[in-house]
Amino acid sequence: MADDRLIIAGREFKSRLWVGTGKYKDFAETKKAIEMSGADVVTVAVRRVNITDRSKENLLDYIDPKKYTILPNTAGCYTVEDAVRYSRLARAAGVSDVVKLEVLGDERTLFPDTAGLIEAAKILVKEGFIVLPYTNDDPIVAQKLVDVGCPAVMPLAAPIGSGLGIRNPYNLKIIMEMIKVPIIVDAGVGTASDAAFAMELGADAVLMNTAIAGAKDPIAMAEAMKYAVYAGRLAYKAGRIPRKLYAMASSPIEGML
Amino acid sequence: MQDTIQIHVNGQAQTCDCDATVADLLQDLEIRTERVAVELNLEILDRAMFDQRLLKDGDRVEIMSFIGGGSF
Repeated sequence: MADDRLIIAGREFKSRLWVGTGKYKDFAETKKAIEMSGADVVTVAVRRVNITDRSKENLLDYIDPKKYTILPNTAGCYTVEDAVRYSRLARAAGVSDVVKLEVLGDERTLFPDTAGLIEAAKILVKEGFIVLPYTNDDPIVAQKLVDVGCPAVMPLAAPIGSGLGIRNPYNLKIIMEMIKVPIIVDAGVGTASDAAFAMELGADAVLMNTAIAGAKDPIAMAEAMKYAVYAGRLAYKAGRIPRKLYAMASSPIEGML
Repeated sequence: MQDTIQIHVNGQAQTCDCDATVADLLQDLEIRTERVAVELNLEILDRAMFDQRLLKDGDRVEIMSFIGGGSF
């Protein structure tokens, strides 16, 4: 599958597994897990620099922006204004003009405020951002995001950090069939089979954080996810057999006694 | 004229020399200028302006960088 590259807004990606950098024990573990996952896109959050503890190391001392595509997010933003402000700050901090856009609607579910999301995406696309929106598993909203200029759409599999897996495979499948840009399933994956399932459905990539960082052994789970995404992609391209209610023998009747 | 000014940096009170620039402030705080974004009174500054923008009394400065995060 060497030539099976993911291309978004003219940029080519090697890995179809994208990972977050939150919730790890320390930066050393973050780095090791990311290396093991084989991911070449890593998400980061934008926050105030700690000005009282200046000795604090920076994440980007461990994750080399020359080696990885750093994807800043607008995590924690509940309004269009905040999401736009954080996106601009991320760009000003100088790693890229790509942003994973989140406009959240509710603290308990962290479901996206899709109306706000479309509005923020529109503003940022006009400012030249490459906007990758974290959205609901709603095909109509996904299309609207494409219409305002998003070069990929990132629907959730389940609530962020829930580990519930692919809750609505049929909606995701409809999104994948209807929407003509890459679809990255983002959030909700719990274990390797969830990631494989997303890829088998036809996702172009899967983005996860907690499923790896929150595992008992994050390094081993990172490796599991790498193979799951790879296997799922291969299976999708190979084309699965149709489901049948009754058995169909694999061995011929001919030649039997 | 006073020698120092009071500003707010990332929500905390901070005293600066009255002729200090944004670059001076970052240097004082031992913050490397690469990979940080600076917002001065809600205006995001171009990196090239750091050593030209003078701080004045009452300014609100936000210095932002990247930390580990997936989704919120």
